[in-house]
Amino acid sequence: MQIVVLTKPVPDPAAAAERLGLDGRLDRAASPAVVNGNDEYALEAALKIVDALGGEVTLLTMAASGAADTMRKALAMGATRGILVSDEALAGSCIRSTTQVLAAALGGLTFDLVLAGVDTSDGVAGVVPAGIAALLRIPYLGNAARIEPDPASGRVRVRRITPTGYDLLDAPMPALVVCTQVLGEPRYPSLKGIMGARSKEIATRSLADLGLDPSTVGGAVASTAVLDSRRPPARGATRVVRGTPDEGAAEIVALLEARRII
Amino acid sequence: MGAIWVIAETNADGSLARSAAEAATLARSLAAASGREARGLVVSVDPGRAGGELAAYLGRVVTVTEPGAADHAWAVIAAERAAGLLGDDPSAIVLLSASPDGRDLAGTLSALTPLGVLANATAVTWDGRVAVEMSTFGGKLTTTSGFTGDGGIITLRPNAVTAEPAAARGVVEAAAAGAAPALPRVTIAERVAEASAALPIEEARVIVSGGRGVGGPEGFDLVGELAALLGGAVGASRAAVDAGWIPYARQIGQTGKIVKPQLYLALGISGAIQHKVGMQTAETIIAVNRDPDAPIAAFADLLVVGDLFEVVPAVVRALQERPG
Repeated sequence: MQIVVLTKPVPDPAAAAERLGLDGRLDRAASPAVVNGNDEYALEAALKIVDALGGEVTLLTMAASGAADTMRKALAMGATRGILVSDEALAGSCIRSTTQVLAAALGGLTFDLVLAGVDTSDGVAGVVPAGIAALLRIPYLGNAARIEPDPASGRVRVRRITPTGYDLLDAPMPALVVCTQVLGEPRYPSLKGIMGARSKEIATRSLADLGLDPSTVGGAVASTAVLDSRRPPARGATRVVRGTPDEGAAEIVALLEARRII
Repeated sequence: MGAIWVIAETNADGSLARSAAEAATLARSLAAASGREARGLVVSVDPGRAGGELAAYLGRVVTVTEPGAADHAWAVIAAERAAGLLGDDPSAIVLLSASPDGRDLAGTLSALTPLGVLANATAVTWDGRVAVEMSTFGGKLTTTSGFTGDGGIITLRPNAVTAEPAAARGVVEAAAAGAAPALPRVTIAERVAEASAALPIEEARVIVSGGRGVGGPEGFDLVGELAALLGGAVGASRAAVDAGWIPYARQIGQTGKIVKPQLYLALGISGAIQHKVGMQTAETIIAVNRDPDAPIAAFADLLVVGDLFEVVPAVVRALQERPG
């Protein structure tokens, strides 16, 4: 099995230092970068598949050139190699451009599956993978709670979480699957993995390498722009009630009435 | 200028999803402000019922009958049919639900059209062009964004708008399905319903959620009883889902659903940041927790300090004894 996992460096949510620069773009210098949490779940799912069936896992990242450092942690988990698409023209890319660039990069690779996380913790949109599958004309299987590829038949079965349970999806490979956290916790890199990651290949690709014209993708032709940003208004003070259960219940019912919920 | 389109999701029984009624209400107000036309689109096996319901909100509704949607993933089919109707018009505005299907539809439709995407809108206004308010970085920042052109795709968070029917009913017209599909259709080999699944939590106006303090799957019976009395849905923190007490579809927070109900009642949930990002925009937050110093004390409207197994039955009694 050849599996490509889409990974994105994001500002560390735990650092809580995210801010936008004057240009409305993320100020990446203000916040340390980590591998997007949901992407680690996708990587774990990929590693489990190659552990069972054999094969290789390639990371595909579109980011600034410094992202190679962040990719090392994902390589330490067990990925085989990384590909970093990086180009100054890509700064400020919108969802459309990101989709086009990642699809172009995948177009030059051979794979059975592309795995992606449900969304990224910075933008939280979660729409890029479906767009990539459409541009590549490959089956798209979203919201996966279980992934069962069958190399013999060349097909993959996926449990897709629905509001009422799940759908069992079936499609030929190559296919793109979006992974939920139900697939299982990401492993911690072993010491051996960390040491080994230092010598693993991270190939860098520019827009020219992908055959893309900088006048058609990237920040210069972004389809969206941030107009304004602000801190959300703080909530009012918390009323804290200590007393008997009946007193607490009376407070709850009184608030529900005051807010016209009941 | 292009129309403002609402692509509706439908419920399992063929009725209109509430998210579509909300998006249609928004589309109508944007249309009034911009001088554009608002239109609805329903793509499904049997779009008649939802199309009729959507016409209560919009002047013109287009329905496309797609027998293939019975046993194939819906979003890609709907995206192709929508792209066929929209064509290459870069000025069309499309409103979708910020649901799993809505996300898939947005990504696919963007790839098939010249339109960009702004996701998870909490408010959309018209000020010469669309201004889309979103919450980013786990609620730490509120941004207002726009499209650099005249059109684009917006996914709308549930409960961002209150659905209100129009003064007059609109017309429903059937459109042909159009060209043969170019994108691969994914077969649904089986649809499986799980017992605990009920009202989708994203659409619920009231959510009663349980966390570690609920103590086990039996504890969720109490959570469910209060939710039922309030006409709401049951949610959960990651701790309760990881413990296997309740399915993942109920999980709220960074790794689950992001919800914006009128009332969020948190039972035995500490309110760590991973949970907070999923529910902090609820209009009213009430917590019951034994620990007065739990993080939720910092952002709830009301914290009742006590044992939820004593407080919740008292709330249930008080609600049942209320007159009228």
